[in-house]
Amino acid sequence: MSMQLEQSPTTGDEVITNYTINFGPQHPAAHGVLRMVMELDGEIIERIDPHVGLLHRGTEKLIEHKTYLQALPYFDRLDYCSPLCMEHSYVLAIEKLLNLEVPVRAQYLRVLFAELTRICNHMLNLGSHVMDVGAMTPNLWLFEIREDCLNFFERASGARMHAAWYRPGGVHQDVPLKLLTDIADWLDTRLPRLFEDAMSLVIDNRIFKQRNVDIAVVSKADAIAWGFSGPMIRAAGIPWDLRKSQPYDVYDRMDFEIPVGTASDCYDRFMVRVEEVRQSARIMKQCLAEMPEGPVSSTDRKVVPPKRGEMKQSMEALIHHFKLYTEGFHVPAGEVYVATESPKGEFGVYLVSDGSNKPYRCKIRPTAFSHLQAMDFMSKGHMLPDATAILGAIDVVFGECDR
Amino acid sequence: MATVFHPAPRIASNEGVQDALSSALGSMLLSAKEEHGEIVLTVARDSIEDALRLLRDEHDYQQLMEMAGVDYPSRPERFEVVYMLLSLTKNHRILVKCTAAENTPVPTATRLWPNAGWLEREVFDMYGVLFAGNTDLRRILTDYGFEGHPQRKDFPLTGYTELRYSEDEKRVVYEPVELPQDLRQFDFMSPWEGADYVLPGDEKAAAAPPPPPVAEPKTTEKKGQSGAGEPTDSKADDKVAPASTGGTVSGQGQGDPAPVTTAKAEPGAPEPAESRPARKPRKTTAKDTKGATEPKPKRVRKPKGEA
Repeated sequence: MSMQLEQSPTTGDEVITNYTINFGPQHPAAHGVLRMVMELDGEIIERIDPHVGLLHRGTEKLIEHKTYLQALPYFDRLDYCSPLCMEHSYVLAIEKLLNLEVPVRAQYLRVLFAELTRICNHMLNLGSHVMDVGAMTPNLWLFEIREDCLNFFERASGARMHAAWYRPGGVHQDVPLKLLTDIADWLDTRLPRLFEDAMSLVIDNRIFKQRNVDIAVVSKADAIAWGFSGPMIRAAGIPWDLRKSQPYDVYDRMDFEIPVGTASDCYDRFMVRVEEVRQSARIMKQCLAEMPEGPVSSTDRKVVPPKRGEMKQSMEALIHHFKLYTEGFHVPAGEVYVATESPKGEFGVYLVSDGSNKPYRCKIRPTAFSHLQAMDFMSKGHMLPDATAILGAIDVVFGECDR
Repeated sequence: MATVFHPAPRIASNEGVQDALSSALGSMLLSAKEEHGEIVLTVARDSIEDALRLLRDEHDYQQLMEMAGVDYPSRPERFEVVYMLLSLTKNHRILVKCTAAENTPVPTATRLWPNAGWLEREVFDMYGVLFAGNTDLRRILTDYGFEGHPQRKDFPLTGYTELRYSEDEKRVVYEPVELPQDLRQFDFMSPWEGADYVLPGDEKAAAAPPPPPVAEPKTTEKKGQSGAGEPTDSKADDKVAPASTGGTVSGQGQGDPAPVTTAKAEPGAPEPAESRPARKPRKTTAKDTKGATEPKPKRVRKPKGEA
């Protein structure tokens, strides 16, 4: 921190000229390892230069050296707050290149768990956003819901966070019926009670509104030009949701609404997410009601390995299993860009295949890149403590941003 | 267009889009294709900014969602820069790309979309593609002071430097990568499915050039022309070891060769190269040493406090 003291020419008081501070990378409100070089005039932000990449792990390079299936678990580790939604883009990209049919039950299961992931993600974001501006309790209450979500993931896949449950061609395993009924009970009872309780503390809270209303207002034109997506573009009043406009899996069968903001400030971004949680619960209920019986992954044995029981019976299944777990499947040459609506916005995968068993190039489009880049113009003229509110409303996770 | 089975995002129809955009781009366009449901337009590098502006302003591709670099080391201009454009109003996506080499800067898109700044920084960081007109072309994802461009195909997966905390110097130090075990790249490609490398042992077969084409293939009319001798004696078989039916090793008859007496002496086993005295037999029978077989007596621990 450099500070320069000068004598004011008129009053004789000391005048503080602009000074620069480092926000992060170990600041608790930096949501991980963000370093922002801030130029301040007193307490007013003049300029922000976010430095990202402190969590860069070379995921895209590693993926080029793995088979398509081996690369899948890397996606859990991108946005570790919404792991299944990260996998979703990747498996859809592979399926698009293969033109692979996915059974309807698998599509329903994917939508069900993608929405559960959305709730899980928003619990973390809403809670930490509230905590960034000073309130502790709602975060603790929301973590109870998040804990429930993680338990459901564990019962479906065996892992609480890094599920690796979506696979090219469907999902890895079917879920037990009891899990589905438990999720249905939870949606009817626990989720609304806990969530509405926590929200009743926040959404009409005077202090919370003072910290968020009219902070970082972004016009519609700016939101489009800066490549905003997800709740950030919806808060700007543009009803753009890839689940609705470019439906994938069985989203076209779902009946849900897209919340949009009116003022495009941090409060709107928060409230868009609050309503998204309710809409996600609505989608999940429809999934549970309509989900048909049937296989949960494609029966194309050149892509999806057979189950263990089948392997014990059939020589051909054994060969398929061996080949798929050593060589892996080959994907036809070509390139696709597949984007899905992750809880944070448009999460895209640009997959280039050269016809071999490994991706030639796998570019991951993080949602945070566009949003964090706009941090500079969004916080210009705001106070230093507003930066944490803006950052909380962006919903940034560095596993995904830095890759 | 083949039937769509996959459940990937469904955008507005591609029908007619490629032709419309191709005629709009005119001479700026180098090639256009539609594969896997994606429209890919390759544009001349120098006119990429004009092409993108035309697509944004005249054809409603309002958002630049993503930029990706791709490295094809075998091409004369090895890099591709791919722009993913999204139209919110038409609900449509296209890919626009141009090629570049290390020393041929691509015109920047920052004058069209402010978010192109970081995207170009990333392509520069990862591939070393330069963007003319980008005023802030710093590295973005790699470490401060990093050298090289890690996403290039010739950059090793392990990198060149590693860092650790040095207890002696009380700071983080950079050192050249030292692997206790070489990085192993398993290649499970089936050789018959078009792997283009030479298997160990197949070097000669792979290197042998094909025989040159002959205008008039030679034919042998008489036996004498070919230089071939008499046909093989029908009894030649008898001197070879007969195939045994009880063999355990496939391809190797276990039967003894039929002894054939010839005038010439058969070569026997070679003489030993050095004379070595045979080992003396053991004098005594083996004995178990006592210490090795019997358990040691347990030491009795003295209770504490007793001196």
